[in-house]
Amino acid sequence: MNYVALRMLLHDRAKYLGLIFSVAFAAFLISHQASIFSSLMARTTSQIMDVVDADVWVMDPRTQNFDEVKPMTSNALLRVRSVEGVEWAERFFKNNARAKAPGGLFRSVILLGVDDATLVGAPRRMVLGDIESLRDPDAILLDQAGYNYLFPGEPLALGREVEINDRRAVVTGICEASAPFQTLPVVFARYSLAVNYVGRERNSLGFVLAKGRPGISPVELSRRIEAETGLTALPQGAWGWRTILYYIGNTGIPVNFGITVMVAIIVGTVVSGQTFYIFTIENLKQFAALKAMGVTNGKLTRMVLLQAAVIGFIGCAFGVAMAAAFFLATKDISHLRGFILRWQILAGTWVLIAAIVAAASLLSVRKLRRLEPAIVFRG
Amino acid sequence: MTAVHCHQLTKEFGTGATRTPVLRGIDLEISTGAISMLVGPSGCGKTTLLSVITGLLNRTSGRVEVLGEDIDTLSPDRQAAFRRRNLGFVFQQYNLLPSLTAAENAAVPLFADGVPYARAVARAREVLGRLEMTHRADARPAELSGGQQQRVAIARALVHDPALLICDEPTAALDAHTGHAVMEMLAAAALSPDRAVLVVTHDNRIFPFAHVITHMEDGRITHSETNHHEPQ
Ligand SMILES: Nc1ncnc2c1ncn2[C@@H]1O[C@H](COP(=O)(O)OP(=O)(O)OP(=O)(O)O)[C@@H](O)[C@H]1O
Ligand SMILES: [Mg+2]
Repeated sequence: MNYVALRMLLHDRAKYLGLIFSVAFAAFLISHQASIFSSLMARTTSQIMDVVDADVWVMDPRTQNFDEVKPMTSNALLRVRSVEGVEWAERFFKNNARAKAPGGLFRSVILLGVDDATLVGAPRRMVLGDIESLRDPDAILLDQAGYNYLFPGEPLALGREVEINDRRAVVTGICEASAPFQTLPVVFARYSLAVNYVGRERNSLGFVLAKGRPGISPVELSRRIEAETGLTALPQGAWGWRTILYYIGNTGIPVNFGITVMVAIIVGTVVSGQTFYIFTIENLKQFAALKAMGVTNGKLTRMVLLQAAVIGFIGCAFGVAMAAAFFLATKDISHLRGFILRWQILAGTWVLIAAIVAAASLLSVRKLRRLEPAIVFRG
Repeated sequence: MTAVHCHQLTKEFGTGATRTPVLRGIDLEISTGAISMLVGPSGCGKTTLLSVITGLLNRTSGRVEVLGEDIDTLSPDRQAAFRRRNLGFVFQQYNLLPSLTAAENAAVPLFADGVPYARAVARAREVLGRLEMTHRADARPAELSGGQQQRVAIARALVHDPALLICDEPTAALDAHTGHAVMEMLAAAALSPDRAVLVVTHDNRIFPFAHVITHMEDGRITHSETNHHEPQ
């Protein structure tokens, strides 16, 4: 009877395509919007994840996310260094600044300051130049996307001058940086230089980056630092999540994306459910005949579920393929880079689409189970 | 042999004020090896009787035995299995599946019983052959004339070799000539010593095909007549 179910489904091309389309539309919207949401959230942690040297980030307990830093007094560094199990600990500066190119273009930038001596926290992926060049006078590293913003259409070149908060800076290296939340350019400088650019405040120490002795896990190290210093210490991943949860809890972003996904689910369910129901109603006499001939309710239900599964499978495949194509096509566009379709979202989309087609077929199944086979004798 | 036995069978629709008795005490025996026709004015309860005999409707009172089974007492799934194996149906409106070919349509009762595709369709082609439909076995219902569609429906009703063939107005949608031809093929293909054929009809032009004609009126059987010359 599976063969019969499939033939019935394929027979009405228009409805079949309509069903596929409505499911594909829902799958596309769900996977696309959820991906943009998750990628956007992941972006809030870009500059955290780009630091690979350290195990643990230490910060003032009032610092809730990477974009709003409450500086600590400078002795925090010594306190962290004195904690048992800390191999090393270094300063890390984060603030916003204004960068101006000679051509007059200007942008807000994320200014990161790494320890003058060790350069811990400096970028790892250089496109041009060398990290060591940070030690030169007025040296900064600029991320490639930032370079393209400030010098649009110009080839990558070292030695260019920009002004950071009206002070001279020389681009001695161009690096890769993961796209920040607001797609601002990312500027690295020595700690002392970065502090100078921003202007001295009473406290400037945003973070301490710490590494544990061999055998001490980041979680254990964090626990010890917190216990002994009263500061907040988090392994990289946990610090990223804290930032993400801040954005989820304190912005309208998740609500807006959530609404789009909900609408996709509702529209997908209603449209495919209705089309599917009409399809069933139009074949009611045939179904009644099958029932009269001894096809059980269980078998009819399986036929309908098979039809729904086929529609769900093909529709979902189309939908997520469209979403994947979108992200492939946009991966090199500067402000869309880093937007990806995660496997978790892919899996979640499949689960949701399965639920949608199951719900859509529910009405049809109910109708068929209640169908009086005696109607086949009516003219 | 008796294939269908009804005793004091009644059927009412609705309850209370809307209660309508439709079958008012039917006593009926249908034998194998013969074509029995059930005739009577419109609304007298012929279709209702067929529905009760085949278990598609529950009776109100009395007894029905089909092939020795009291179909009303079976669970829904057992009832379905009983119909699947023992009953064949021919409807006035053919009720073929438009998406399947003639051979596939005729094979549906075998599909329903889990027979593999190739075997089911091969058997269906064989039965279509007996109804002179071999050349149209791969056509879809929309490409067939009414008479051809009804022949496919007859093949479908016979493909699993049922012990009871039920036909409700099999020629009502056909013109006289085609109806006669279809009935001729039905009689030739369906008649067998261990099969009972029950045909409900208005169409007195096909009466000559009957061995027995049972007359109904207003929910009761009025009389039966046996066809004394050998049916066509
Ligand atoms: N589901 C139902 N609910 C209520 N009344 C019904 C129902 N089905 C049939 N009836 C009534 O039962 C009576 C007999 O109907 P039935 O269809 O059995 O007649 P019939 O002899 O087959 O008529 P026809 O020759 O026109 O096909 C009719 O009066 C009809 O209105
Ligand atoms: Mg009738």
